[in-house]
Amino acid sequence: MQEKNDNYFYIPQIKRRNQKAAIFKGLTIFSIVFSISFLVFFLVDIVRSGYPAFQQTYIKIEVKINDEVVENPYGAVNGKQLKVISRAWLRDLPNLIKANPTWLNSTQTFWALANSEVDQYIKGKESRTSARDRAYVDELKEQGNVVLKFNTLFLLSGDSKIPENSGIYSAIIGSLLTMIVTILIAFPIGVMTAIYLEEFAPENKLTHIIEVNINNLAAIPSILFGLLGLAIFINFFGVPRSSPLVGGMTLALMSLPVIIVSSKAALKSVPASIRQAGFGLGLTKWQIVRDHVLPVAMPGILTGSIISIARAIGETAPLIIVGMIAFVPDAATSFSDAATVLPAQIFTWAGMPEKAYLERTAAAIIVLLVLLLSLNAVAIYLRKKFERKW
Amino acid sequence: MKMENGFILTTMMDREESNAAKETVKIEVKNLNLFYGEKQALNSINMDIYTKKITALIGPSGCGKSTFLRCINRMNDLVQSCRVEGYIGIDGHDIYDKDIDVVAVRKRVGMVFQQPNPFPKSIYENVAYAPLMHDIVKKGKECDELVERALRGANLWEEVKDKLKDPGTALSGGQQQRLCIARAIAVEPDVILMDEPTSALDPISTEKIENLMLDLKKNYTIVIVTHNMQQAARIADYTAFFHMGNLIEYSDAKTLFVNPKEKKTEDYITGRFG
Repeated sequence: MQEKNDNYFYIPQIKRRNQKAAIFKGLTIFSIVFSISFLVFFLVDIVRSGYPAFQQTYIKIEVKINDEVVENPYGAVNGKQLKVISRAWLRDLPNLIKANPTWLNSTQTFWALANSEVDQYIKGKESRTSARDRAYVDELKEQGNVVLKFNTLFLLSGDSKIPENSGIYSAIIGSLLTMIVTILIAFPIGVMTAIYLEEFAPENKLTHIIEVNINNLAAIPSILFGLLGLAIFINFFGVPRSSPLVGGMTLALMSLPVIIVSSKAALKSVPASIRQAGFGLGLTKWQIVRDHVLPVAMPGILTGSIISIARAIGETAPLIIVGMIAFVPDAATSFSDAATVLPAQIFTWAGMPEKAYLERTAAAIIVLLVLLLSLNAVAIYLRKKFERKW
Repeated sequence: MKMENGFILTTMMDREESNAAKETVKIEVKNLNLFYGEKQALNSINMDIYTKKITALIGPSGCGKSTFLRCINRMNDLVQSCRVEGYIGIDGHDIYDKDIDVVAVRKRVGMVFQQPNPFPKSIYENVAYAPLMHDIVKKGKECDELVERALRGANLWEEVKDKLKDPGTALSGGQQQRLCIARAIAVEPDVILMDEPTSALDPISTEKIENLMLDLKKNYTIVIVTHNMQQAARIADYTAFFHMGNLIEYSDAKTLFVNPKEKKTEDYITGRFG
């Protein structure tokens, strides 16, 4: 039994009720802190392992240039140097000489690309360099003949079997081309479908079934869209395998349901009174939709579409199925060339044994994240721009 | 006849009467039935609406007066389950004729709604949009003149002439409603339908709209649905009383308010129900 209490505002068990509220509030705060700390941990870890890839070791060497070097560039350097200099750089030396014919029969000084194991050693990481090579590199370093420079190769070259020579350029171009195809297909078709379903379609069983199915499609595992793309686009229509065209079309299929659902929601949120006003003036449905409903719904439509396309850019599974995971050293020059995309490049590198690929994996993830964040920023900007107070 | 509602009586007595015979019929309604699915919402309505007069439709909520109003410009076509039978003629032309395009009907019969609903565009574009779409005017000077004429017609020009580029929704509720009226008359209709145009407005805005309606009836036939019997008494030339989907009584406003023939009408206007 509760004691008699003289307090006018006395409520039995008020303390326990307040306690429960406090516990619940604590739990909600805990969950947000928990998820934020995961995010921070992930970002810090990625940046920590990725940022060294943006720097690359170069070694200063002198090369006597003659016809022999053009024939066999690997003979241009001595045995010690051969162990620390990238084979990719030596391989390219004849081309460099051909571009500068005046160099012939003279001695030139180069900042040559170091190989990846030396690069790892200079960056103070675990490396398979032999003790002798380490001593040689240390000696060169003391003479000031070793520098870490900004890694332009990483941004300007394609994939390579030589780790220090590999970069994300071809993957970025592939992602870009794929994205263009995806946007060109998914955005107009998705928005048009949403307009039909929301504004024109009669309300009957058939449209209801269509709507339910579109909602379900939005939740289908993306790899199934890859199978669909393989079966229809490649096997049936004969679209070139591994091409941005087939990848973009596959991703467009995947993005469509989300674009349709979000565009429908945006159209639905436009007040019915605007449509009524239009009908009252004797406007046609298309005039009302085009000039009065769409402008109001545009921010919502754009936000949904951009987020859906951003998701498609980060997608790997369906692209593996249509062959975009292949080793593609050269950037695609057209929509039908073989290409790879950023997430597929990350996937490929993640499976490589060399340490240099490991840091490139993380660096590519950083590039992908920056790309996605800037797309989201564009989405926010567009929403703010179109969203006028009415 | 004992009148319990003194206000309406006084209003009716004050108004000069000019409802002599020789009215011309603008809208002829014959045996109009309307169904929402299985449910019948209007039962064989017969009614003549007169040219350049204000006809008020009154009655309790759900009596069918708004539904009837929306038949006159075929807004009910937008309701999928809705089916209309019977005849509505404007100047003798059947608006439900299958050769008639509904868009053309609504161009002749403008509509103003309960909630002011300007387009999310500038004041100018609100008025100019529909005339441009109907090819009534060309862009430029001709259109500017029409906008000014329509805004003057809606007694709004003086208030907005310096801010035609501002959004229509930035105006006050009463101004927005007059903008909607300007928008409607810019299309140059014959008939203007008003669905409780002042029920969302304050008394001062309401008075302005009522005065505007009295001006507008010089050029247009106006049909107004109102919940407010005083309003009907103030402005209407003819009044129709609806109840449960039936047109109970329809006559000139004075007769209906001062000397109703039907018991139900009397009960309603004296406030016994509704």
